[in-house]
Amino acid sequence: MSADMTRFVVRRLLSMLLVLFAVSVLVFLIFNVLPNGDPAVRMAGKIPTETQIEAIREEWGFDEPVYVQYATMMKKLFTGETISYFTQQNVNEEIRKGLPRTFALAVGAAIIWMAVAVALGLYSALRAGRISDRFLNVLALIGISMPVFWLGALLLYYLGYKAGIFPNGGYVEFFDDPVQWFWHLVLPWFALSVLFIGFYSRVLRSDVLETMGEDYVRTARAKGLSERRVLLRHVLRNSLIPIVTLWGLDFGAVLGGGAILTETVFNLQGVGQYAADSIGQLDLPPIMAVTMFGAFFIVIFNTVVDIAYAALDPRIRLEGRPTR
Amino acid sequence: MNARTPLLEVRDLSVSFNTEEGTVPAVDGVDFRLHEGEVLAVVGESGSGKSVTATTLMGLTRGPNATISGSASFEGAELLAAGEEELRRIRGNRMAMIFQDPMSSLDPVYRVGDQIVEQIQAHRDTGSAEARERAIELLDAVGIPDAARRADAYPHELSGGMRQRAMIAMALSLEPSLLIADEPTTALDVTIQAQILRLLEDLNRERGLATILITHDLGVVAEVADRILVMYAGKVVEQGTLDEIFYDPQHPYTWGLLGSLTRLDRPRPKRLPQISGSPPSLLALPQGCPFRPRCPHEFSKCTELPPLEARVAEASGQCDRCWLAPEEKREKRVVGGRIGLEAPTA
Amino acid sequence: MVGPHPEEAEPAARAGLGPWRLTSRRLRRDKGALAAGAVFVLLVAACLAAPLWANHVAETTPEENHLSDQVTIDGKRTDVVDMLGKPIGPTWSGHFFLGADSNGRDIMVRLLYGGRNSLLIGLAAALGTILLGLLVGLVAGYYRGRSDSVIRWAMDVIWAFPVVLLGVALGVALALGGLSIGPVDIAGDSLAIPTLIIAVVYVPYMARPVRGQALALREREFVEAARAQGMGSLRIVFTEILPNVASTLVVFLPLLVANAILLEASLSFLGAGVQPPNASWGTMIAEGVDRIATAPHLTIVPGVMLVLSVLSLNVFGEGVRDALDPRARVRIEH
Repeated sequence: MSADMTRFVVRRLLSMLLVLFAVSVLVFLIFNVLPNGDPAVRMAGKIPTETQIEAIREEWGFDEPVYVQYATMMKKLFTGETISYFTQQNVNEEIRKGLPRTFALAVGAAIIWMAVAVALGLYSALRAGRISDRFLNVLALIGISMPVFWLGALLLYYLGYKAGIFPNGGYVEFFDDPVQWFWHLVLPWFALSVLFIGFYSRVLRSDVLETMGEDYVRTARAKGLSERRVLLRHVLRNSLIPIVTLWGLDFGAVLGGGAILTETVFNLQGVGQYAADSIGQLDLPPIMAVTMFGAFFIVIFNTVVDIAYAALDPRIRLEGRPTR
Repeated sequence: MNARTPLLEVRDLSVSFNTEEGTVPAVDGVDFRLHEGEVLAVVGESGSGKSVTATTLMGLTRGPNATISGSASFEGAELLAAGEEELRRIRGNRMAMIFQDPMSSLDPVYRVGDQIVEQIQAHRDTGSAEARERAIELLDAVGIPDAARRADAYPHELSGGMRQRAMIAMALSLEPSLLIADEPTTALDVTIQAQILRLLEDLNRERGLATILITHDLGVVAEVADRILVMYAGKVVEQGTLDEIFYDPQHPYTWGLLGSLTRLDRPRPKRLPQISGSPPSLLALPQGCPFRPRCPHEFSKCTELPPLEARVAEASGQCDRCWLAPEEKREKRVVGGRIGLEAPTA
Repeated sequence: MVGPHPEEAEPAARAGLGPWRLTSRRLRRDKGALAAGAVFVLLVAACLAAPLWANHVAETTPEENHLSDQVTIDGKRTDVVDMLGKPIGPTWSGHFFLGADSNGRDIMVRLLYGGRNSLLIGLAAALGTILLGLLVGLVAGYYRGRSDSVIRWAMDVIWAFPVVLLGVALGVALALGGLSIGPVDIAGDSLAIPTLIIAVVYVPYMARPVRGQALALREREFVEAARAQGMGSLRIVFTEILPNVASTLVVFLPLLVANAILLEASLSFLGAGVQPPNASWGTMIAEGVDRIATAPHLTIVPGVMLVLSVLSLNVFGEGVRDALDPRARVRIEH
């Protein structure tokens, strides 16, 4: 690894640690400091009993000074000692069980949305101004205006429940039945992707159009390269650069908890749904844990993406952000 | 093709663009000839149409909003009417172009050597190793030290002068017979400018490379050019040999350009003379001669557009677009002891 | 193939028309965007007129349940909610225009009242984001140094949370006990809570571009000139920098409102947004999804309203962006 690459990695890792610390403090603040009222009562959920409240106060140290409370919370969350007072289940365990499902949803959707968005965006850019471009633009606008949970619910109802083409929600383990696993994920993947396809295809379209006007594309044509080569090797390669970072950010966000809506609608029992189910009961520990781990995952994932990105685009290593 | 047939013959080239605000006649009726091994300088301010002329020859201005007419014959092929595939074969291969800003003209994510290899392999069946060898050879030939190592550099890792040399190397990779250089030195430091011009001059002499040099600075062409084309508001206003233009210029605009050059053999002027005013909007051209609003020598006939004609008896190759008689011109062009243009009255 | 930018051949901007006049002229020519804007305004107006509809047309309230009532449809007396719990569909007449929900409540009335909440929370939250984002972005970009580092770091931290998750966390945490900011006490089920949450969550998205622009503008000549004249920093920010950031704001506003409306719907759908007894389109969809097999219109109707509101805002927002920067859109003219 070259010297400037090493320097870059070290810088990023240090910054990551700082942000992680700040994130943990923020989560603590959100759940324990910000709201009014007795934290022990809050933690106990919707229908607490007096003994429960006392036990919680003891366990989480709500009588102690703030920094001790913070330390206790961190310890409980990271050593897997957190229990939901409503379901009596170990929170970290439940999260671990839901993780592969959330992962399957997020990864599949991310691949689909990226592939489709790049294809549509490139197509729209090449046909810029014409009817097909405008039509796709309208579709994209509709896509980003659809609430994903509504779209999902309707798809599930019409294509799953009524027409029976797709299963009526639920998740099948991959190792139990790969085909069914896939089939159960098609509708959720689609519902989740629509929003991102709408957004990314438009971003790519404008990126490609901008890149096409760049001087080096003119040079590439002046060199006598075939139009296909100009498009793929010079235009697309450069246009994808900003998209890939965005994609990384969004993928992290979806995996870190953004999939919550889709999972709930399709009953995939992933991490997101776990948190969602706890909302109705105002059951705090699962939500706390999912929020904390979700944010942590995103920060770490983004750092990894940044480092990978620096490996792709050598200009980043020097300045820390792309210049275009 | 014998020595008398021009390498490139452009006749009545006109290019206009449809924009939101109207139709812009960027290039209007441009004629010129370029012979093998000749250096033609095209001089004018921004908006004069010089760059558009060049990029149109390369076929880079084709598009739904562009209207191109006229003819441009190069090595027997008609460039303006050529199909995409034929044009692609000529571009980069028989005819090459380098641009103003080498930083933005080179793809930032590929190494310099690879970009040269790409061009070679686009036109020839050359293997990667051989192409790379050639690339290094070329980088060396244009004066880049340590060429083998530099070939692996990214554009942002090279200095401005070296980037431009690399671009030149890339342009030469397939031994074209014509090089178009669009303001190759404008984005560079003054000291580097001289080096690059020297390089272009050497290439022209050693390889017989015909060159079209586009610039807004007449000073730049003084050593390199054989012939000069002066453009204004999309039209050619004067053309002739280097000596004709420098010692017997016929158009007031040319006088203005010459007058704004600083000369070493004269005392320093109190203020750097400039042509007052600015080029007209191409959407609202003045009637008749386009230079009229800025010309102190305008008179009644100027509302009629002067045709491009040879008006000097002894120089049949020198043409200009000015109604003034040659004797009047000789008199009016001397300002303060040298050739120049004084400010228009009122 | 797109031709070269005809800038080399194009004249300078037409003299006499300032950038705002040009923008509004282009916008006025964009029929699609104007129509979309009108649709949104109509929607807001319709929802604000909820009491009018409720009192004079439907003659009921959003909470009143008519479980044991009957209506006349096509001359027949029908139960509002039949024995199996299935409510009537749209009657297209004054009472139960869009049908009833499983509690016998008039959907049209609930739609309009709920829409009031959805749209107003969206608008208010977006305004909040703009105010906070402006403040934070301007301070960071103009003053730089310490305050910039701290602010950037804080924004990065908020950015680490996916929007929905952060909204859920805040929503659930604040639902029970509410919030106190200084002397002001906000109850847990107040509409101000989701409004504040949504406003805060989007601040980094606003603050970042504002900061970037403030940073760039700070170095421009007119700011230097103002400083040389002895203008205080605060005045400079307000009189020189703010107007130039305005174009960013104008483009952002419709998109921000659209996203805020969607976020509110998502949070309310999950139960972490608008709390009972208040309702919004999001809560209505949640109720509808539970009974989608028997009464799909409960889900479809509020969703369509959501899509219409958000879509009209997005189309209008795109029109605004194109009017400000026409080069962003490629047009073929012949």
